[in-house]
Amino acid sequence: MKNPETQTKYGTLFLSTLQLSACTFGGGYVIIPLMRRKFVEQLKWIDEQEMLDLTAIAQSSPGPIAVNASILIGYRIAGVPGALLTALGAVLPPLVIISVISLFYAAFRDNRIVSLVMKGMLAGVAAVIANVVIDLCRGILKLKRALPVLVMLGAFVAARFFNVNILLIILVCGLIGAADTLRKRGREAGK
Amino acid sequence: MILLQLFWSFIQIGLFSVGGGYAAMPLIQQQVVDIHPWLTMAQFADIMTIAEMTPGPIAINAATFVGIRIAGLPGALIATGGCVLPSCVIVLILAWAYYRYKGLTLVQGILAGLRPAVVAMIASAGISLLILALYGQRALPARLTENLDLAAAGIFAAALFVLRRWKPNPMWVMFGAGVLGVLLYSVFP
Repeated sequence: MKNPETQTKYGTLFLSTLQLSACTFGGGYVIIPLMRRKFVEQLKWIDEQEMLDLTAIAQSSPGPIAVNASILIGYRIAGVPGALLTALGAVLPPLVIISVISLFYAAFRDNRIVSLVMKGMLAGVAAVIANVVIDLCRGILKLKRALPVLVMLGAFVAARFFNVNILLIILVCGLIGAADTLRKRGREAGK
Repeated sequence: MILLQLFWSFIQIGLFSVGGGYAAMPLIQQQVVDIHPWLTMAQFADIMTIAEMTPGPIAINAATFVGIRIAGLPGALIATGGCVLPSCVIVLILAWAYYRYKGLTLVQGILAGLRPAVVAMIASAGISLLILALYGQRALPARLTENLDLAAAGIFAAALFVLRRWKPNPMWVMFGAGVLGVLLYSVFP
């Protein structure tokens, strides 16, 4: 942290991750729309495609998606120190919150207001994810190619209705993408 | 040594839970209820409930809770550290490989194949969440109108409309939905 600019970068990185992690109610996936808003739309540090690539890495690695995604952003912006900083930022909010709640967890668990807030937030989180899915689907449709749309539908059916393991889906879709590229390249070479 | 045992148990949880929250639950139960007598089944059920009511990954919530009960704040720090250690190492290796090789045509092809799949995974997770929000359970009922939580459906529709129309920060929409939840469920219990 030599000059003020790097210092601000580290600060923004840490505070953003801290804030996003404190808002990941209803499972790790909600961090994706939140990060997209912060790092793609507001700060413009990465683009939409890169965000999807990082999501693929985050969900196929072991450990919580929110922590993995934070580590990836940190590494992208400021290397290994950045990754350690964002890992800390992602872990601190749940660590502090649960430590405090563990002192009176029975009262918290049975609190009516808390459970009503959570019921409402769950519906809100579902809307936030639905919103990002609409945007991302549009991005895929804009490619105007059949293959990505088929891959998307196939992966959805496999995950949703057949409970196929995420790693297997990622592997197969990666292979389809690789085969498609090799085929295109072969066709161009054959011209 | 209890701290070492905690550390090792949560390293295993961090290492073997792929694919997020609910996949980690049985692993956590095995480590903290079955193998080690750290929590009773009732306490485990409590921490899973609390994990759903608080932000942050279930595995981290469980690590902090178990750690603090077994060995105080050092226990919480050690267990949480163990839980994220495998992620840090593996994700950093993959991140390094991604940025080194993403320019290659073949890798770009693989990534192009993955992106639609990622959208599908997010959609699938979103639908699971929506079912939980609308019906209070993980499976769809036989008839869609059965046990439908109208207040939750209203909040979902309103939140989605606001997000599409004005593109606000999703965080405010989430908190707004929480406030709306208290109001609606208090008026129509």
